Amino acid sequence: MTPAEDTALHASKGTIRVLQLYPRDMNIYGDWGNALVLRQRLLWHGYTPELLEYNVGDDFPEDVDLIVGGGGQDSGQTVIQDDLQARGEQLRGMAEDGTPMLVICGLYQLFGKFFKTKAGPVIPGIGILDVETVGTDERLIGNVALTSPEFGEIMGYENHSGQTSLGPGVEPLGTVSKGAGNNSKDNHEGARHRNVVASYLHGSLLPKNPAIADFLIRTAVERKYGTFVPGTPDDDFARLAREHAARRPR
Amino acid sequence: MFSFTVPLGKLVRAVSRLRGGGSALPGLVVEKIDPGFMQRTLSSLPHGVAVVSGTNGKTTTTKMVVELLESQGLKVFTNRTGSNFTRGVAAALLGEVDWRGRLDADVAVLELDEAHAVHFVNKVPPRYCLLLNVLRDQLDRFGEIDTTAMLLQRIAERTTGTVVLNREDPRVARIAGAISGPEVLYFGLDESLRSTFPNDDDMRTAAPGTSPQGDVPASQAADVVLRRVGTDDADFEFDGTRVATHMKLRGVYNIFNAAAALVLARTITGASGRPGDAAKLVKALSEVAPAFGRGESLTVDGQPLELVLVKNPSGFRLGLKSFPAKGYASMIAINDNYADGRDMSWLWDVEFESLREDGVEVLTGVRAYDMALRLQYDDVRFGSVDTDIPAALAEFIRGSAGKPKRVFCTYTAMLAIRRELSKITTVEVVS
Repeated sequence: MTPAEDTALHASKGTIRVLQLYPRDMNIYGDWGNALVLRQRLLWHGYTPELLEYNVGDDFPEDVDLIVGGGGQDSGQTVIQDDLQARGEQLRGMAEDGTPMLVICGLYQLFGKFFKTKAGPVIPGIGILDVETVGTDERLIGNVALTSPEFGEIMGYENHSGQTSLGPGVEPLGTVSKGAGNNSKDNHEGARHRNVVASYLHGSLLPKNPAIADFLIRTAVERKYGTFVPGTPDDDFARLAREHAARRPR
Repeated sequence: MFSFTVPLGKLVRAVSRLRGGGSALPGLVVEKIDPGFMQRTLSSLPHGVAVVSGTNGKTTTTKMVVELLESQGLKVFTNRTGSNFTRGVAAALLGEVDWRGRLDADVAVLELDEAHAVHFVNKVPPRYCLLLNVLRDQLDRFGEIDTTAMLLQRIAERTTGTVVLNREDPRVARIAGAISGPEVLYFGLDESLRSTFPNDDDMRTAAPGTSPQGDVPASQAADVVLRRVGTDDADFEFDGTRVATHMKLRGVYNIFNAAAALVLARTITGASGRPGDAAKLVKALSEVAPAFGRGESLTVDGQPLELVLVKNPSGFRLGLKSFPAKGYASMIAINDNYADGRDMSWLWDVEFESLREDGVEVLTGVRAYDMALRLQYDDVRFGSVDTDIPAALAEFIRGSAGKPKRVFCTYTAMLAIRRELSKITTVEVVS
């Protein structure tokens, strides 16, 4: 047990249940980093994190406060697609109800309407997000910086060949100033709907973008306990890592 | 027919060495003026060409295969500069052939990066290939690990004699089902050791707080099995006999790759018609020293300083596991140049708890602050953070006087550190 965990157990402001969606098949680019950041920041804010997993065929846990899902390879998406469809209605209900969710890359695509793969077959999405994705021969790879009205400047790294376009039912997460983002045509990156944050960025996303992590945490706590009483996490190294990342070439 | 290729290539090589240039330029020149040079020269070797590829351990494994074959009296040509691209092979060939373009060797053992290996085997079908593993690494170059696995399959398809596969890596073992021509042999692990070597699918499930995934059944008999790893010794089993041997190599992953090297070396010696001398093979194996930067130990102020190359999550995990922190001062150097991998995500797939007790003295490299942030989230203490590698190294050496030291570093950070260290200690020059 770390000192922070020990403190949290003795003076916790409440428990937040964080569900990782398909960590076994969708985890390719440091997605564990996002779950770890949520766990640690909950502790630093004085709450007790409970980290849960949902994989293909599992029983879906009760009382989930926050959902985080990662990127997968094409093969990982194939493995989960039937199971995801079976959970679609439940997840749509939770999203509409305001459950905070973070979905990266592969699950971002499948939270949309469909992903038409490069090889031809169309993988249906669960339609939480009004977005469509088409596989291409062009791989968008490199450092990304974008500006978001909610979260300020967001830093990360992208690596995807699916290109996503947004429908009228979602807002972009932000406007790209370095890199490609959703596709090689417009300058949008990611998507926002209710309390769902969707993005192509890893690197991992949350460590260098604590504002997004704290939005997810605050929303989860407020839904469960009414008010969020933040702690004072030390974000000096996040700030310095962002400054150095910003200077790196595409 | 008299060819100008060799004299011209040798001239370019000599000039480029005088200028202190890279090792691949003469190879490029030769490729341009005589595209058939490499194929012609290598196909004259009596025991053909062996290609070693995979994500982790190519350099050390190739070194082992070469030394094992030499122990059996074979003359081996290899690309030991670590320039594991086709041009590097052509350049290395230029250094070895005589002025008439003849190569005095029995067999070539070549380390090739996955993508370049495909390019190479399309020109020169190898007689043997050894495929080590497919792990998340350089996804910024190859896109997905399944794509990388396809590249390895392509190498196997072009192999004419024997394909040696890692039985414990599902993406590699699966290649056996996709090829029909060549003979397939495996190297494997004792069941008790399998959890020590996460394959890429286990990567995430091996993270704390999660349950392990079901094991891939070891249905295939392996030609060589690593049965046990001690601190400086190991047990290998082949031909139904278990052999214990001292090992100079450090790091469990290096020792697993020793099993791989044994399979390939046994196959090549077997085919050469000389009865392979098992005792000599094992003795040679016990004497293999690490390749540069791969657990290499230098001496600084009378204390050992070990360089551990880390370039992907599994390599970093195994590095931390193989080289326990106790009693050592540690430094971590992370760059994000092309050869290092540009995406920092991989640091988040490594757990650093093993460094919690002793902490890390110095963090450096272009992405030193990404590393600092990573350690902060694992509750690991660290001292100074300085992106300037020479300054950070100097401080590390000053601040940890009288203690053995260890540096975990990405590829280009390792080159920078070796360059600095060569000013104050003996560093083997690899040219």
